[in-house]
Amino acid sequence: MHPAPSVIIFTTLSGLGFGLLFFLGLGLPDVSGWVAFIFFAIANALAVGGLLASTFHLGHPERAWKAFTQWKTSWLSREGWCAVLALITMGLYALGVVFLGQRWNLLGWIGALLSLATVFTTSMIYTQLRTIPRWNMKLTPAMFLSFSLAGGSLLAGQTSIAVPLLLLAALVQLLYWRQGDKAFSASGTNLGTATGLGQRGAVRTFEPPHTGTNYLLREFVYVVGRNHAEKLRVISFVLAFALPILLLLIPFSHFFALLAVLSHLAGIATSRWLFFAQAEHVVGLYYGKR
Amino acid sequence: MTDQPKIDLSPKVSDEIRKTTCYMCACRCGINVHMKDGKVAYIEGNRDHPVNKGVLCAKGSAGIMQVNAPSRLRKPLRRVGPRGSGEFREIEWDEAISTAVGWLNELHETAPHKLAFFTGRDQSQSFTSFWAQNFGTPNYAAHGGFCSVNMAAGGIYTMGGAFWEFGQPDWEHTKLFMLFGVAEDHDSNPIKMGIGKIKARGARVIGVNPIRSGYNAVADDWIGITPGTDGLFILSLIHVLMKAGKIDLDYLSRYTNAPVLVNAAEGPEKGLFLRDAEGKPLVIDRVTGEPTAFDKPGVRPDLSATYEKDGVTHRPVFHLMAEKYLTGDHAPEAVAKRCGIPASRIRAIAAEIARVAFDEAIELDQEWTDFRGETHSKMIGRPVSFHAMRGISAHANGFQTCRALHVLQILLGTVEVPGGFRFKPPYPKPVEAHPTPHGDRRPGRALEGPHLGFPRGPEDLLLNEDGTAQRIDKAFTWENPMSAHGLMHMVISNAAAGDPYKIDTLFMYMANMSWNSSMNTKGVMEMLSARNEDGKYVIPRIIYSDAYSSEMVAYADLILPDTTYLERHDCISLLDRPICEADAAADAIRWPVVEPDRDVRGFQSVLIELANRMSLPGFTDDDGTPKWKDYADYIVNHQRKPGIGPLAGFRGENGDKEGRGEVNPDQLNRYIENGGFYVAHIPEGADYYKPWNTAYQDWAVGMGIYDSPQPYLFQLYSEPMRKFQLAAEGHGSRQPPDHLRQRIKDTMDPLPIWYETDQQGNEGFTVNALTQRPMAMYHSWGTQNAWLRQLHGRNPLYVPTKLMQEHGLQDGDWAKVSSPHGEITVPVMEMAALNDNTVWTWNAIGKRKGTWALQEDAPEATKGFLLNHLIHELLPPKGDGMRWANSDPVTGQAAWFDLKVKIEKTSPPDDVESQPEFAPIKSPVGTGPKDLAWKVGK
Amino acid sequence: MTQLPTSTDRKMGLVIDLDTCVGCHACVISCKGWNTENYGAPLSDQDAYGSNPSGTFLNRVHSYEVQPEQGSAQLIHFPKSCLHCEDAPCVTVCPTGASYKRAEDGIVLVNESDCIGCGLCAWSCPYGARELDMAEGVMKKCTLCVDRIYNENLPEVDRIPSCVRTCPAGARHFGDLGDPDSDVSKLVSEREGMDLMPEMGTKPVNKYLPPRAKDMIEEQIDILAPLLAPVAEEPKGFLGWLDKTLEKL
Ligand SMILES: Nc1nc2c(c(=O)[nH]1)N[C@H]1C(S)=C(S)[C@@H](COP(=O)(O)OP(=O)(O)OC[C@H]3O[C@@H](n4cnc5c(=O)[nH]c(N)nc54)[C@H](O)[C@@H]3O)O[C@H]1N2
Ligand SMILES: Nc1nc2c(c(=O)[nH]1)N[C@H]1C(S)=C(S)[C@@H](COP(=O)(O)OP(=O)(O)OC[C@H]3O[C@@H](n4cnc5c(=O)[nH]c(N)nc54)[C@H](O)[C@@H]3O)O[C@H]1N2
Ligand code: SF4
Ligand code: SF4
Ligand code: SF4
Ligand code: SF4
Ligand code: SF4
Ligand SMILES: [Mo]
Repeated sequence: MHPAPSVIIFTTLSGLGFGLLFFLGLGLPDVSGWVAFIFFAIANALAVGGLLASTFHLGHPERAWKAFTQWKTSWLSREGWCAVLALITMGLYALGVVFLGQRWNLLGWIGALLSLATVFTTSMIYTQLRTIPRWNMKLTPAMFLSFSLAGGSLLAGQTSIAVPLLLLAALVQLLYWRQGDKAFSASGTNLGTATGLGQRGAVRTFEPPHTGTNYLLREFVYVVGRNHAEKLRVISFVLAFALPILLLLIPFSHFFALLAVLSHLAGIATSRWLFFAQAEHVVGLYYGKR
Repeated sequence: MTDQPKIDLSPKVSDEIRKTTCYMCACRCGINVHMKDGKVAYIEGNRDHPVNKGVLCAKGSAGIMQVNAPSRLRKPLRRVGPRGSGEFREIEWDEAISTAVGWLNELHETAPHKLAFFTGRDQSQSFTSFWAQNFGTPNYAAHGGFCSVNMAAGGIYTMGGAFWEFGQPDWEHTKLFMLFGVAEDHDSNPIKMGIGKIKARGARVIGVNPIRSGYNAVADDWIGITPGTDGLFILSLIHVLMKAGKIDLDYLSRYTNAPVLVNAAEGPEKGLFLRDAEGKPLVIDRVTGEPTAFDKPGVRPDLSATYEKDGVTHRPVFHLMAEKYLTGDHAPEAVAKRCGIPASRIRAIAAEIARVAFDEAIELDQEWTDFRGETHSKMIGRPVSFHAMRGISAHANGFQTCRALHVLQILLGTVEVPGGFRFKPPYPKPVEAHPTPHGDRRPGRALEGPHLGFPRGPEDLLLNEDGTAQRIDKAFTWENPMSAHGLMHMVISNAAAGDPYKIDTLFMYMANMSWNSSMNTKGVMEMLSARNEDGKYVIPRIIYSDAYSSEMVAYADLILPDTTYLERHDCISLLDRPICEADAAADAIRWPVVEPDRDVRGFQSVLIELANRMSLPGFTDDDGTPKWKDYADYIVNHQRKPGIGPLAGFRGENGDKEGRGEVNPDQLNRYIENGGFYVAHIPEGADYYKPWNTAYQDWAVGMGIYDSPQPYLFQLYSEPMRKFQLAAEGHGSRQPPDHLRQRIKDTMDPLPIWYETDQQGNEGFTVNALTQRPMAMYHSWGTQNAWLRQLHGRNPLYVPTKLMQEHGLQDGDWAKVSSPHGEITVPVMEMAALNDNTVWTWNAIGKRKGTWALQEDAPEATKGFLLNHLIHELLPPKGDGMRWANSDPVTGQAAWFDLKVKIEKTSPPDDVESQPEFAPIKSPVGTGPKDLAWKVGK
Repeated sequence: MTQLPTSTDRKMGLVIDLDTCVGCHACVISCKGWNTENYGAPLSDQDAYGSNPSGTFLNRVHSYEVQPEQGSAQLIHFPKSCLHCEDAPCVTVCPTGASYKRAEDGIVLVNESDCIGCGLCAWSCPYGARELDMAEGVMKKCTLCVDRIYNENLPEVDRIPSCVRTCPAGARHFGDLGDPDSDVSKLVSEREGMDLMPEMGTKPVNKYLPPRAKDMIEEQIDILAPLLAPVAEEPKGFLGWLDKTLEKL
């Protein structure tokens, strides 16, 4: 898949933002007033910024509101609803915490759940696609959720929770990569089934239907070199998990905490880039590409 | 579901439909042009049209992009920069016409041969040749010489017509269809419709072609033959079939010259037919045992009986054939290796042909009467049919190969019978019904007859007293005696060399000669811009008519910009290359369905204007009054013979006569009302056995196709060829130069033969290199079409798996491809379904920078390439001091497909562009817009 | 609207004959022409005369080579447009309801005025049948020529898709695949019509007729060989045979 910056930014930032909101909803850290304001501002900036970014790639952003209509069937629509509900709920909750000195716990918990639900719905947009075997796995929501929780706890400054969550996310990441690499061949889809000609012999693409490019090739056919991908995996793993854990384990300092957050952010963005760039759409088969 | 959006299921399709004829290839399908707000909105096939019956190919459907192409020329141009630069000044039509008249009129009056007027793939040759004839120049031809004259001439000399546009398989009845060397052909839509029909019946299609794409991909059996060996393969089929007696003896004895007696007496008549006092070929009558004129009522020609006279045994043609083709050197085992086809497969194909032709014969309950007066109660069908085109004709042995294939069909009795091959009117038309060539120079007067024709023997060659050629292209000389279509590919090189003489003006019409239409493209560009020592151009003046900004435009001094096909009158005439089908004569017109939005004029009308200004005979009355004001006027009012004009339909004062009839001033309107065409159906019972069927012959006379009935015999044995051989053997007053004697003896065999075409100088060049037409592109002009160029915007060299591996090549790698003549560097792609020793590419995709209103970095110009750089019009020197033409020795047909190359892997060129590269041409029309979002009427 | 209808009255679709398609691209261009002028926004082209031309097409013709275990490689032309799947994932993923499957005939359409151009439907289509138009920013796909097949402004014979009407080889068939007695359904059962990527669970309505077995002529030689029995080995003998045979004529 073409790793469009808008979706990478969107999923990375909003995952982090809703992760932070989740912890804020649970009252972790238990802050109020200006400090709380800053926490909520960061969380909302990330979540809302991410959502906004996701509209950049729309052909008609002015009609984006129509995306709320199909929550019965569409994960994208559900994501929209969850996001809005989460933001409203957490907004009210934040109002109490920041300005009224009130912690409406039930509201917070509901907000926290909605925040996680948003991340889950986001992940399901990808997971549901049978056309992209690397995404069409249970590990995809697991990965989105674990990343979101790990990132959220990190941002929330919950060191003791963050370390195990980062470890968990790291583990999920490794499993995801392992299974993902096998997913396409395991899906059973190949040029033979794509053309229905597989029974007759080995099928190979000959002339493409057009010598120029088209939307499908631009959107779905993106090739990352194997070595390049390996390197990026190492970098992303180190930045997203190894370095932050290390920084959390050494005695606390605000600087290191900030560094851990930035490192995590960069690592997750890299992982997300790979998530898209390495995802092979079955339509590539028709073009002799995977 | 109630909340489903309401959509308009019956939107208005258009304001109006205008019916005319497509132009994007010589198939000439009928089209419905849907108009909105006076503009072309959508083009579809015309269901009522005899050619395409509603279907339309990609090119036809993309017509809207052709009429609106940014590459359209806009105004007459006068060259200001050097030739080839593309620097022009726009001029008014007045200036353009008077310039042309200024150049031409003097030539007409003093030295008409100094004008060479050649046209490309235009569809008005009867008119352009009429113009040239009246100008008085011997130097006229269309592009047939480099296209497929071998097929046309091979067919006409053998059976009075060929595949090409002159005939087609009986798609309704055929049960086995065999296709030789066709990628697309002129009859594009009918062939596809026909294959579709055959497939729907579950009948068998066999494709003989080194490349398994297109039609050959859907063939049930693919014969990936070694290029240039089809003749050998066909003669082997003939061998096997004859040997097994699986030939139609009845048919051969009645309708062919198989029973005709051949003179065996030594001397100037040897090998010619024995004839009676009236000149009619003799056969032995089985009833009387006596030599009898072949067409005598009641005669039953004997295929076997010989005739003793003066101690010499004269044998019938069939004896000679048995002697020639039954020998072991034609056995499948003897040819298998050279053809690249296992002997077992050759036998299997022969057996299948025999089975279908004889065991699955069909009978139509249809009575008919033959030219000898005998009435037959049935029509016997042999449902095996063949079709072939340039794959066999564009080789230096193509004429004989085409003859061989026609002979195979005749032996099987599958020509003009149900299920076999059927002629389209005006064919069948024997050689005798065609003119001979004319090439005299007659200052101020018209030529005595048409330029092109079919020589019957050395007496018809166009030679001067001193043996030099009368024509600039040296057509109808000993080098290629039967060059019935001229040799367009030799015009520029001969003119540049001043051999046989210098010319003054080269006048060309829709032929992209400085690019894809020429062999030796770079050389041609140099010849077109070569200068004498005095700095003047060797070819002093070049006038050219194109509708688009092609490569050739840059090499002309004066450009007469043409309209596009929807903006002018055209005539697809029975006098020329009509749109007939096997059971109907048909012709068609084009008419201006839109007005040009530029200062351009239909070229035919411009020719009329030029003729009128020069008072050319034929175009003006004795007092100089013009007969026609423009082409539309000519189409309606010109009469070739009384009652016969360009259009056969709606003749006569009331428009109720067909074929023959007085001029009808309303004729064009009647055509328009009728959908742009006219169909005259052949009556039932006249629609098969046409060459011998009195009902057909009478109908054809009524239609004005013949002046009198022309029944004839198929010429398995070609007497005109034997006449040339006799001259080479020293008989007769017209003698070939000594260096050509042996070649004429060898190649002008009156019975089909095969000879190797591997050319001298090919040592080390062992791989066959071919081109194919892409179905969605028409030569060079598909490129300017924004839709079509997305399909074929560049052309890789397709290399068979074996050669890919041998050379360590992978898709996208680059290879240096060289021939004895030149070298190109191009990207390669693997193809498995391909003859092991053949590479190929699509024809005419590569473009020169700056042309066709494309940006200079267009893939056509950076990655696309021409194979033409590797092909030369002359063969490499062989040390005899002469340069032999890369042509068929009989017809002069350009031997495009004899090319042999060497390929080597190489690194991509520095600029990653195909080589050779040429300097960009300055575009006279700028470049096209960036984005298109087309919606007419919004 | 992104709910799929539980069933459709008819299942209109195409049957494409891979045994007959010669790969001429006529259907591609005819489709481009009709749909540029009709349903929704025109199919635009970018860099139309430049170095990297690209445009929206609703139908494309691929070609594949198949190497059987024995014998020559085969080439198969392969047209592909929307298959109007019964379980169309492109419909259910659409957040706006722009994508829908018509209850009356099963045609899958995009209501362009609702489409936000998110691309998700194209992501969910295994067949590459949807292309986002770069000029209009909305999703385009084969409409099965819904504005032709019921169009009362067209003569009845022409109420078929543009691509079907134009196909010179007759390799494209149109009809109701939900009706087992329709011509197309019969064709599918006679010729063992197949689904593309059945494992995707999309249940395509369009069917493909597989190419017939190829290059089998030599296998018939045992039956055919007697046809080639020589009438005589020597040319002389041949002429003897000729005389005898001619007597019978
Ligand atoms: N779409 C489209 N249609 C066209 C044209 C076009 O440009 N585009 N051009 C028109 C013109 S001018 C012409 S002349 C016709 C030509 O129509 P075709 O005769 O179809 O000509 P080519 O495309 O040159 O294809 C030649 C075929 O012969 C095969 N071939 C080459 N050598 C041999 C051989 O030795 N033996 C056998 N058996 N096969 C061989 C090649 O592989 C190729 O398939 O098409 C006309 N129709
Ligand atoms: N390598 C290789 N080369 C080949 C062949 C091959 O098989 N292989 N085939 C050869 C054959 S068979 C042929 S026929 C030739 C074809 O060669 P050409 O006949 O030269 O074919 P085109 O490229 O179509 O060039 C025709 C010119 O006509 C112009 N034109 C188009 N429409 C109009 C119009 O309405 N009016 C006017 N005045 N001009 C118009 C076009 O812009 C173009 O410049 O190519 C030959 N070249
Ligand atoms: S075959 Fe195509 S290009 Fe040729 S005349 Fe017919 S529709 Fe036009
Ligand atoms: S028009 Fe017909 S034959 Fe041509 S590519 Fe399309 S389906 Fe195949
Ligand atoms: S082919 Fe693709 S676009 Fe068409 S219905 Fe099926 S999934 Fe949807
Ligand atoms: S691109 Fe349009 S039709 Fe497709 S999913 Fe998005 S909104 Fe729906
Ligand atoms: S049915 Fe209509 S929209 Fe669909 S591919 Fe055919 S022409 Fe295009
Ligand atoms: Mo040609």
